[in-house]
Amino acid sequence: MAKRRIAFYLMTIPALLLFFTFHTFPALQGIFYAFTNWDGFGESYDFVGFKNFVNLFKDENVINSYIFTFKYAIVVTILINVISLLIALGLNAKIKFKNFFRGVYFLPNILSVLIVGFIFNYLFSNVLTTWGAKMGSEFLSQNILGNADWAWIGIVIVAVWQGIAFNTILYLAGLQTIPKDLYEASNLDGAGKFREFISITFPLLASFFTINMVLAMKSGLMVFDQIVALTGGGPGRSTQSIALLIYTGGFQGGEFAYQSANAVIYFIVIIVISVLQLKFLQKREMDM
Amino acid sequence: MMRKTTNWTSTILIALGSLLILFPLYMTISIALKNPEEMAVSIFSLPTGLHFENFRNAIEATNFFNALKNSVVITVISVVFILLTNSMVAYAIARNMKDKFFKVLYFYFISAMFIPFQIIMLPVVKVTTDLHMNNIVGLIILYVVYGLAFNIFVYVGYIRSIPYELEEAATMDGASTWGTYWKIIFPLLAPISATIGILSCLSTWNDFMLPLILLGDQNSYTLPLVQYVFQGQFGTDFNLAFASYLLALTPMVIVYLFAQKWIIGGITQGAIKS
Repeated sequence: MAKRRIAFYLMTIPALLLFFTFHTFPALQGIFYAFTNWDGFGESYDFVGFKNFVNLFKDENVINSYIFTFKYAIVVTILINVISLLIALGLNAKIKFKNFFRGVYFLPNILSVLIVGFIFNYLFSNVLTTWGAKMGSEFLSQNILGNADWAWIGIVIVAVWQGIAFNTILYLAGLQTIPKDLYEASNLDGAGKFREFISITFPLLASFFTINMVLAMKSGLMVFDQIVALTGGGPGRSTQSIALLIYTGGFQGGEFAYQSANAVIYFIVIIVISVLQLKFLQKREMDM
Repeated sequence: MMRKTTNWTSTILIALGSLLILFPLYMTISIALKNPEEMAVSIFSLPTGLHFENFRNAIEATNFFNALKNSVVITVISVVFILLTNSMVAYAIARNMKDKFFKVLYFYFISAMFIPFQIIMLPVVKVTTDLHMNNIVGLIILYVVYGLAFNIFVYVGYIRSIPYELEEAATMDGASTWGTYWKIIFPLLAPISATIGILSCLSTWNDFMLPLILLGDQNSYTLPLVQYVFQGQFGTDFNLAFASYLLALTPMVIVYLFAQKWIIGGITQGAIKS
């Protein structure tokens, strides 16, 4: 028995040490530096207490990046979930070439987010503008990524185009867990399609809905690759996400400590939102 | 009583929707095969002659085969080590959940799922540079270690559904804990390992941020990172840029064409079981 215990410890302790070194320790360091004024490369630094945190709340760039990131994440989460649920319902119906279409809709998920972003960047700047000009629309003939008010919509389009793939597959998996005889019973009762969806399909998909909402929201809040490829945070700072701000400020702007404080706030925000989402959605699951 | 006939409304809507998915990919292929003169005539039309010189130029400009080799090495080694080590840690945890140490360990690992990478991003560069690990080896270690949070969550759930009897029989026969894990548990994990393998493979292959902050030497750059670095040099030569993008996307698309059923099936199975 002792031998078995030793084996179990040997299986886990190396992983524990590595995980601590490369995950927990850097996270603690990040929290530590948040209370200093270190620039990231200098020899010395001083403790400044909560000064970084106080300044964050007064910093217009930081506040704007939170507003942009939230607006973006909420819109993307809703669109991805609505569209992927519709596609999953379509793919689950008795359609022709089912496997082919399922393969097509999942395809974006295997592609690099960054490269897809570069491709769409070109489509927005050169292809859609050509189309817009042909149709004689002044609005469509300008590059939306170059417009401070509309650039975020461009990023939403790319994120949705790519993000629906994974959620569609999860919803499709969920639809396959619903027993067919439930629908047969409702058919006999003469329930309409819409009624069938509201009272059978959607309640039984509740746990998949929860997981899809949480996943989409979390990746929305962490958006980085799309923005690097599409706008670089511009025009101006109109599409600067929190993750991009921490990256550029921390690595290139000499704001290591300041952006560490920003990351701590960001961490708290993500935890609070994930917990709230899980609590709210799981309560809904129970009620249904 | 089920409707056996084809639902044409759904078929048509799904077909129209799939055009929206395919259009950007059509544009990518067509632009990669054109030259600037053809582009000037029409951006949308099919290419008239196939300009494979775009690919030759892109391969030279970005040192494509070197980046491909880096991406393949990083992805394959990471996935193999993730499957071997993460499942082993999960096995030890799943079979000792009554023990306080392993229970705490379980929550310690899975709570990391909620920690955004940005809080680690700045210090981890410092840690890895101090340890001279800002290279491919360091990157692979980070992928394997960071995989623990999610993978332990999934593996532990799966292992707890496997009955003890098999292991007890093996222990009676004198098998060690290692032997039991390797000969009995690991093979039984095949379905969930497939799911984890596919997800890790896709996320490692397409990852941009970790290579961006970690890799110092240009010779060790991965495919997505190379596209980013050469973005400036492509300039307005879109045909060259798109040839390069297409080359970078193609390896995974080829894998997908052959393993599509298996990849989607693996994710579907994983979603239903956990």
